Amino acid sequence: MSAAIKVAVLDYGAANMVSITKALAAVGAGVVVAADPSEMAAVDAIVVPGVGAAGSAMEHLRERGLLEPVRDWIEAGRPCLGICLGFQVLFDRSDEGGVDTLGLLAGRTAALVDAPTLPHIGWNSVDFVAPHPLFDGVPDGSYFYFVHSFAPAPADESVILARTTHGRPFVSAVAKGSLYGLQFHPEKSSVVGLRVLSNFVGLVAAGAASARTTTDVAEVI
Amino acid sequence: MLARRVIPCLDVDKGRVVKGTKFLNLTDEGDPAELAERYAHEGADEIVLLDITAAHERRGTMLEVVRRTASRAFVPLTVGGGVRSVDEMRDVLRAGADKVSFNTAAVAEPALLTACAERFGSQAVVCAIDARRLPATEGTARSDGAEDAASAEPRWEVVTHGGRRTTELDAVTWAMRAVKMGAGELLVTSMDRDGTRSGFDTELLAAIAMRVRVPVIASGGAAGPDDFVTAVRDGKADAVLAASIFHRRMFSVGDIKRAMAAAGLPVRGIEESGA
Repeated sequence: MSAAIKVAVLDYGAANMVSITKALAAVGAGVVVAADPSEMAAVDAIVVPGVGAAGSAMEHLRERGLLEPVRDWIEAGRPCLGICLGFQVLFDRSDEGGVDTLGLLAGRTAALVDAPTLPHIGWNSVDFVAPHPLFDGVPDGSYFYFVHSFAPAPADESVILARTTHGRPFVSAVAKGSLYGLQFHPEKSSVVGLRVLSNFVGLVAAGAASARTTTDVAEVI
Repeated sequence: MLARRVIPCLDVDKGRVVKGTKFLNLTDEGDPAELAERYAHEGADEIVLLDITAAHERRGTMLEVVRRTASRAFVPLTVGGGVRSVDEMRDVLRAGADKVSFNTAAVAEPALLTACAERFGSQAVVCAIDARRLPATEGTARSDGAEDAASAEPRWEVVTHGGRRTTELDAVTWAMRAVKMGAGELLVTSMDRDGTRSGFDTELLAAIAMRVRVPVIASGGAAGPDDFVTAVRDGKADAVLAASIFHRRMFSVGDIKRAMAAAGLPVRGIEESGA
């Protein structure tokens, strides 16, 4: 295998960084914790983790000067995985505090509807809408670990990979090009969670390899 | 639908997993991180680490054990024992825990639950309640003022400091208050059953679970798979916790889950447990 894929996990405040960094390392990625945009320079992919409120997350990203670099990164089509709150902030706007978020995916984050309990905490099944390499080797309906009260509703339904039901169904996974978003916590979801992270790292590696090939071809032409 | 959880509990003393009977006569059961990793592979839905000596020896929590465990077991991690402030809770969460459980400190200062819930969210705040069943003739004054010694209804008293101190608090009343103060989950241990392998106190569990809307974790007395089924079905518990039956390999997490699935309870990943 080629040199390890390097992933920057954005550190923008209170999030537990131990589990996500160790889980990425466990699936073979080189991991840096980036509290500063300069630490994103030499990596192949970024991960936006997070538990908390959308407003304070945006504030912390801005304070650390990460907001524009993250936006530029994703707009350039470079690989990014958003987890939980880090998934929600990829969309236009969040009802949690009524704040504008990154606007990289069209849609709005809203409170779960008809949920029997809030927050939605625990292991729930993830039902696939469309097959995707991010879920290679993961059986449809597998249980993943959730901790949240809000979920985004993508305006473009073609990005939806999976839904989960707590009260009414909500979107639990999306993909658009090299941008991936998960409402659940793969780093807390045991075997299937590590498999999703491993698939993400594999997709980044494949993307890096094909980018190199494209460059080679372009040079030949 | 949310799965019912099976939670191995690691009682930790000086960095080692220990187990006693009714909180006494401790024996060494292994390394916390190693055991936690094994349980995660077996299909554990969560791991609880309890620093059992912290409350009375006034030690801080075992951040290093938490860090090592969170680095190897990729399932939710709850840590309890000796956390007495918002700042101490922050340190435990930063070390890799998802939730912190409060016991003695919450009884002494219920506002601590509120302060921690406001800062980190109630999903991260667990109130652990150690309860001892009162003899049928003995009644305790409930904090609502009702005095009902003659009632046949069973009563439980909250005990603290690892079971060495009584409080005269009614366990059900305290459970309801703890939720009101900010606890997002209750970990209910029967002192009478702890380590005895005589089954969970389902009356205690149901008495609490019927009166609160947050998840209740049953603890104390697990002997075999049937007890886990009973704790959920009769005790109305959302999750079931046990220690020695897992440490001593009497049953694997998979054995328990297969029994729960056979009883029609929603459980996660019995096919991936490898047990």
